[in-house]
Amino acid sequence: MIYADNAATTKMSRTAINAMLPYMEEIWGNPSSLYGAGQKAAEALQSARERIAACIGAAAEEIYFTSGGSEADNQAVLSAARFGERTGKKHIISSAFEHHAVLHTLDRLRREGFEIELLTVHENGMIYPEQVEQAIREDTCLVTVMYANNEIGSVMPVSKIGAICREHKVPFHTDAVQAAGHLPIHVREENIDLLSLSAHKFHGPKGAGVLYARQGIPLTNLIEGGAQERGRRGGTENVPAIMGMAAALEEACADMEGSREKLLRLRDRLIDGLSRIPHAVLNGDRVSRLPGNVNFCFEGIEGESLLLLLDDRGICASSGSACTSGSLDPSHVLLAIGRPHEVAHGSLRLSLSADNTEEEVEEILRAVPEVVDYLRNMSPLWKDKVNGRKEFVI
Amino acid sequence: MALYSEKVMEHFRNPRNVGVIENADGVGEVGNARCGDIMKIYLKIENDIVTDVKFETFGCGSAIASSSMATEMIRGRSIEEALGLTNQAVTEALGGLPPHKVHCSVLAEEAVRAAVKDYYDRQGL
Repeated sequence: MIYADNAATTKMSRTAINAMLPYMEEIWGNPSSLYGAGQKAAEALQSARERIAACIGAAAEEIYFTSGGSEADNQAVLSAARFGERTGKKHIISSAFEHHAVLHTLDRLRREGFEIELLTVHENGMIYPEQVEQAIREDTCLVTVMYANNEIGSVMPVSKIGAICREHKVPFHTDAVQAAGHLPIHVREENIDLLSLSAHKFHGPKGAGVLYARQGIPLTNLIEGGAQERGRRGGTENVPAIMGMAAALEEACADMEGSREKLLRLRDRLIDGLSRIPHAVLNGDRVSRLPGNVNFCFEGIEGESLLLLLDDRGICASSGSACTSGSLDPSHVLLAIGRPHEVAHGSLRLSLSADNTEEEVEEILRAVPEVVDYLRNMSPLWKDKVNGRKEFVI
Repeated sequence: MALYSEKVMEHFRNPRNVGVIENADGVGEVGNARCGDIMKIYLKIENDIVTDVKFETFGCGSAIASSSMATEMIRGRSIEEALGLTNQAVTEALGGLPPHKVHCSVLAEEAVRAAVKDYYDRQGL
């Protein structure tokens, strides 16, 4: 199997698994318990908190463990909104291509009377700092712009956006689920007030994530019920998963430079190779881009059938077609960068990890053009374009 | 459980009757690119019998499988029988479709009807 869907989830690393086992087999006490067996677990949690904080330039007491990226996004956005409304600020700035964990939370706030301003995403998948600066108002209570987009891989100028927000004293949240462990992050230097990350995107376990909240940023609870996480998130901590997350993040950050070099080579080989397919277009900025992300639209075909045929050839990938989302519309990300519906249906995302090899990339480069060709040959839409009855879009 | 039944995957992997009939007696095209599926069916009709049928489809796995199954179900049948093809029959023959994919079988039924209508129009009927 060639696994090229690392933006969906990653295989757990041996380091992460090994870091978890003692907390299932030996140190399984409740960290809130008074006796030694509980306190050992509490010490482990504290060490995980410190190590994760060190990876992103935060202090340990600014790290809140969550069930994952979605919970962290929900809590970050709701917390800033609740804090804002206490001082009469109900304007939130975000972008049209955020993850639904952010967008759906914003929808909820809009129904409550908040004014949500979604910045237009440029065709290359970028949000520019000037857009944020122009949108900030006296009553803005939050700017939330993702660090890197999960579908098209474009990496936002986060530190510039952070500086603008700090200057205007507006809390800045960034969904760093795709960035953490893959790009160097330093919350202090980048003026980030709130940040979300998820363990299973960097070879850690599913069901564990982090909300970083700068000291002084008040959090609203999503889960009531205990004094865990300084009273900001009830529920017994998922100690094994948190230990796996800390180990995975440390490993990812330690290996980042080496992995990056390899990933860029594989990624660029894929982009160059797939660009040779006629009427194909790369989605997302070519340069400001996650090291493992490749995303193309192929005109005249539909993404789900492409994925099924690639699966038959042992290749795991994903698509933003409507059929793969279970909704009637294709990916909101592709629509946000201006791809027409019919083109957005024919998208393919390949997301690599350092485990991928050059041989695998060559196999993908053999398979994708053949499958695209095969599907185009049975597509009446493609035939109409070739025969000049319909216009090519890309 | 897999997304699709064995039968759907079998027809998707080895679709029957893919292609074009030059000088077809009836051609029907339904769906649109915006929604992500288009089906085009070509009929050759002699003495009220569908003697040949081909399809072209832009769409997902179930759209391709539904087209393939629908063409198999009307090949060699009378026009009457072709018009009687329902999306339920296509879905059943495919061993079922996931709820959000049933519209693919509807599209197949509509494509067959559109092709027959085109045949009637050409005949001045």
